[in-house]
Amino acid sequence: MSNAATFDTRTDTAIPVESPLAYSYRHSGAPRAGSSSRLQLRERAMLGHLILRGGAIVLDEAVRDVLGISLPGQPQALVQDASGERSIQWLSPDEWLVIVPGGEEFPLETQLRERLGDAHFAISDVSGGQTLLELSGEAARELLMKTVVYDVHPSNFPVGKGVTTVFAKATTILRRPSEERWELVVRRSFADYCYRWLLDAAAEYDVNVQP
Amino acid sequence: MFYIYCPYCGEHREEEEFHPKGQAHIERPKEPEACSDEEWGDYLFFRDNPRGVHHEMWVHAVGCRKFFNVTRHTVSYEILETYKMGEQPSITADSQGPSREAAAVSQKEGVRA
Amino acid sequence: MSQSKQQVFRLNAGGRIDRSRTLSFTFNGQHYQGHPGDTLASALLANGVDIVNRSFKYSRPRGIVAAGAEEPNAIVQLGSSEAAQVPNVRATQQTLFNGLTARSTNGWPNVQRDLMGLFGKLGGQFMPPGFYYKTFMAPASMWLTYEKYIRKAAGLGRSPMEADPDSYDHFNQHCDVLVVGAGAAGLSAALAAARSGARVMLADEQEEVGGSLLDSRETLDGKSADQWVAQVLEELAEHENVTLLPRTTVNGYHDHNFVTLHERRTEHLGETASVINGHRPVRSRMHRVRAGQVILATGAHERPLVYAGNDVPGNLLAGAVSTYIRRYGVAPGRKLVLSTSNDYGYRAALDWKESGCEVVAIVDAREAPAGDWVDAARAQGIKIITGSAVIEAKGSNRVTAARVAKIDIEAFKVSGPVQELACDTIASSGGYSPVIHLASHTGARPTWRDDIIGFVPGLVKGVQACGGANGTYALGEVLAEGVEAGIKAAAATGHAAQAVNLPSVERLQQGPAVALFQVPHEKPTLRGPKQFVDLQNDVTAAGIELATREGFESIEHIKRYTAMGFGTDQGKLGNINGMAIAARSLRRSIPEVGTTVFRPNYTPVTFGAIVGRHCRDLFDPERYTALHQWHVERGAEFEDVGQWKRPWYYPQKVNGTTETMHEAVARECLAVREKVGILDASTLGKIDIQGPDAREFLARIYTNKWEKLAVGKCRYGLMCKDDGMVTDDGVTSCLAENHFLMTTTTGGAAAILEWLELWHQTEWPELDVYFSSVTDHWATMTITGPEARKLLAEITDIDLDRDSFKFMDWRSGKVAGVPARVFRISFTGELTFEINVQANYAMHVWQTLFKHGEKYGLTPYGTETMHVLRAEKGFIIVGQETDGSVTPEDLGMQWCVGYDKPFSWIGKRALTRSDTKRENRKQLVGLRPKDPKVVLEEGAQIVLDPKHAIPMPMVGHVTSSYYSPTLKSGFALAVVKGGLQKLGETVYLPMADGQTFEAEIVSTVFYDPKGERQNV
Repeated sequence: MSNAATFDTRTDTAIPVESPLAYSYRHSGAPRAGSSSRLQLRERAMLGHLILRGGAIVLDEAVRDVLGISLPGQPQALVQDASGERSIQWLSPDEWLVIVPGGEEFPLETQLRERLGDAHFAISDVSGGQTLLELSGEAARELLMKTVVYDVHPSNFPVGKGVTTVFAKATTILRRPSEERWELVVRRSFADYCYRWLLDAAAEYDVNVQP
Repeated sequence: MFYIYCPYCGEHREEEEFHPKGQAHIERPKEPEACSDEEWGDYLFFRDNPRGVHHEMWVHAVGCRKFFNVTRHTVSYEILETYKMGEQPSITADSQGPSREAAAVSQKEGVRA
Repeated sequence: MSQSKQQVFRLNAGGRIDRSRTLSFTFNGQHYQGHPGDTLASALLANGVDIVNRSFKYSRPRGIVAAGAEEPNAIVQLGSSEAAQVPNVRATQQTLFNGLTARSTNGWPNVQRDLMGLFGKLGGQFMPPGFYYKTFMAPASMWLTYEKYIRKAAGLGRSPMEADPDSYDHFNQHCDVLVVGAGAAGLSAALAAARSGARVMLADEQEEVGGSLLDSRETLDGKSADQWVAQVLEELAEHENVTLLPRTTVNGYHDHNFVTLHERRTEHLGETASVINGHRPVRSRMHRVRAGQVILATGAHERPLVYAGNDVPGNLLAGAVSTYIRRYGVAPGRKLVLSTSNDYGYRAALDWKESGCEVVAIVDAREAPAGDWVDAARAQGIKIITGSAVIEAKGSNRVTAARVAKIDIEAFKVSGPVQELACDTIASSGGYSPVIHLASHTGARPTWRDDIIGFVPGLVKGVQACGGANGTYALGEVLAEGVEAGIKAAAATGHAAQAVNLPSVERLQQGPAVALFQVPHEKPTLRGPKQFVDLQNDVTAAGIELATREGFESIEHIKRYTAMGFGTDQGKLGNINGMAIAARSLRRSIPEVGTTVFRPNYTPVTFGAIVGRHCRDLFDPERYTALHQWHVERGAEFEDVGQWKRPWYYPQKVNGTTETMHEAVARECLAVREKVGILDASTLGKIDIQGPDAREFLARIYTNKWEKLAVGKCRYGLMCKDDGMVTDDGVTSCLAENHFLMTTTTGGAAAILEWLELWHQTEWPELDVYFSSVTDHWATMTITGPEARKLLAEITDIDLDRDSFKFMDWRSGKVAGVPARVFRISFTGELTFEINVQANYAMHVWQTLFKHGEKYGLTPYGTETMHVLRAEKGFIIVGQETDGSVTPEDLGMQWCVGYDKPFSWIGKRALTRSDTKRENRKQLVGLRPKDPKVVLEEGAQIVLDPKHAIPMPMVGHVTSSYYSPTLKSGFALAVVKGGLQKLGETVYLPMADGQTFEAEIVSTVFYDPKGERQNV
């Protein structure tokens, strides 16, 4: 073992939880739109988010064995398992973001730590610190052009890519898991700002929010 | 607004994603206690301000969070190359070497064409 | 209400306007009519409005001169309501819409009868260049008074005083090829680049795309030029990779092909955007374009000739006359005299004649003009006077006659008798100046070309110029240059060239132009009637000559002395003429005199477009903790800490009145000291540090020791920069042998993470350690006060016994059923538990604490109370007690410095520099005001002798100051020179209002000096 402390921050009792957008729904609402909507926004709350740090060679095999996905070695790469429920994204030459269904993150961390033994690596649970917003609809790309400085043209941003970049005056992780869908990973404390920005910028597309 | 090739991300990114960190290749003296006050003051406070080719350190703050070096012309603001931490510049005030960044770009554009 | 006037100058046929529909508009309170397709300028001309403004300095009547962005006079203020005010709009660029309301920018109180006009006429002689400086700059204190009136009289436009109902936004664009300008060159360049598959953006500032092709006399493939434009646009629309932006001005060209475009999306439709489906579309949009290659196809501006009286309404550019006739169906007068130095000018006379109006004469500066257009004019029977020029326009509110004479350009004199030709319009053409403004923004210096009598743009990497912008004017060559530029740009971004068949263009014979800028007058320039160079800034030829006589030789100095090319004008019409006049006066060539640097923006940009969506409640990110909702509902007042919104204090209603901050803070402080308080401390930065060398890394980055910190223990750490000055502090806990959790100040979180990475990546990559931010993952709730243990014990399974869970320990367990890490550290001096849970559970835990806390008097407190409590204990706040010039020793924190650590940690060496070792440095002390009711001002300067003559020697200043309800006294922390040697001494704080406060220097610890309360 890596001689680090692990800590399961979830509890399985019926204790109420609040997603990072809980305040925003109450404060700014969640507009519903009909079939005319050109933009759909959905929060995928309470997922498991882990930051994985280490050398690619050190981590690759363990990740493949435990998670069944190979570690993306190329910059800006995003890979998913067959279900699309589990993903790993390159963030830096020694840093990856793993997103799994909520509750899987602690067993996953434990298994990875066992598998990696004394190797030098780090795993940090950040599940409470960020949330995933899903954008779909024909206006999604245009909305992103208003919002992020990175080039989201399909020739530069194919499916399977993800970047960390500037979101208005905050930052975001932006990824494209499929042709129709974009994902934004935003930090909890900035989530309300990001949400209000998106609602404002997407008003002209008749945005539909699915909390 | 610069367009900076991050050698770790392998692509050009907008300046807003980066922070400048001053002159590159300033090494912390290995034995600070052996430095005179003047030597330590030089390390802390004194920097070059050339007209022409200059080496700077930047960090891809909103991105891969890696520090790297930039060779930039301080008159034209042209970025002549970027290179990873620990590497040496191929272009200096005295040299006319080929640009590493340009090579990487042409390689990339070759793929696109 | 006055009656709408007839469009008396509207032609019966021709132009790209829709005569079947009529639009009403108001200018200076008068009602007029125009047609769809008009600009405000063309509609004003159609209605015979001669005077559109008063000039900036001399207050002379001014009329429309040009038809595009270069218009210097017709600058208007739009808006019928206060909220809709838009200043500095060029009437030549404003599309007419129904209900448009405009006023002249200049002319107070009105353009027809102007108060300043009197001053201008009388004082004009006495307003040489530098007038404003010379007259109003002394005494400097009076400038603010003068400025108000000068601005009002000069009229620089004004911003609205009410909120703008419109919205604006930004688009981040990326493309392979950005083509600026969609005239002949731009369209052919875009076509060539688009066919090769490149991502192309094509921007054009006009309402209709096509540039000069829209009013051209020439044909392409035997068809009228506008038909070719339509055909190209049709093809471009089919290319998915092409973005066409009409009504879009490329305003700024920045580093590395970053270009800012300003797209007007609803300005042509109405004063404010109409609501569609419940949403108001954005009025204008800033495109922030990163282009692989830029093609400047910005065309050329016609240069007016500089002659006496050239500013009287009725003096126009020759090309503008053609544009008004051919594009807008307006002849801006009845009787024309054309003064030209080249063949291009002849088109205005031909168009004028074809529209059915009278051409009195063409006055050509050349002795023997010859060319196809010259022949056409002769064939039409138009009188041509050669070797001559219009030397003076007569008239005051409108041209009444042109004075024409033979001139000797070389000798700069009138060489023959003067004849006076009655007319109402004088068109002039001195040739073309390529529009080099954007290229100038990059810092590239333009190059003078004798053959085209103009500057062509200097070019940085990744940019080309073609067509008029490159000094190429013959249509066939312009098209070919465009195609070539398009192919080259596409190739440079990795796209192979595709064939483009150029349309066939009739080849015209043209005679050479002559270089004529200022026209000589019978009187010397300094004594003759005014010859205007820069109409917008009222700069005359005499002014430039005077500037050179007063010793200004550099064109940049002449510009500043005369104001030539200043402000929103940016020298579009006047700069080359001004340089030519300076060159003549200095007896140098134009390239020797050089050109001034044009700066962004090319035309004025409304603030809304610059701000975009970053305004109102989206002005800056507001960061919230997981408990924000609770704080809002509890009525907290918030304090901005960085971008965080932190509860500042929680005012309560007592007997129907809301507590003041002072009252609320006093109540909150006492609750903590006597019972238990709770603080949302989630904003503290938290960095997860893992790796076998984590401990070594901490020892290098912090001033104090870490080698013996055991698992389960916490320690306060102080961080310096390598200059020895304190930069951050916080508690770091040992979670496991190779695992630490560092906390940082709220404001320093991001910077400290970057600081750790800096040292790891650049100096110590051999250390095996990783850092990750977990700030947002955890919510932190601090319960503090004598009752804290009892409260927590009710809802946790952690053993809270004082002997098993000691001060500076941490434990994990469940709090309110939620997994938690609890840290026994204290920033108040009281018994404290910091409860950390995953942020999604925070609200539940917080509410559970309140459910159980009522009986203990649990009181939420904010940052203000936190500050008072920590200051009573002498605990510093980095950034308040420190300012980047304070060492750990200055703070008296030697206990937190590991002088004997093996590695020379960051900041250590600097602590033995002569300056950091010197005596009499400012040291942190406590101050107790002699009068306990006094709360000293933070930042107040401290002196030892209040009777000393001013300036008194200042020995320090107050860093923190509060009223302590516990001590029932004001108290402060301060830095004082040699302060630790002065304990017990009295110091003085003279205030701005004349009062002087007395205070005693005391220990920084005001409360519980032995620290017993936190250990209970």
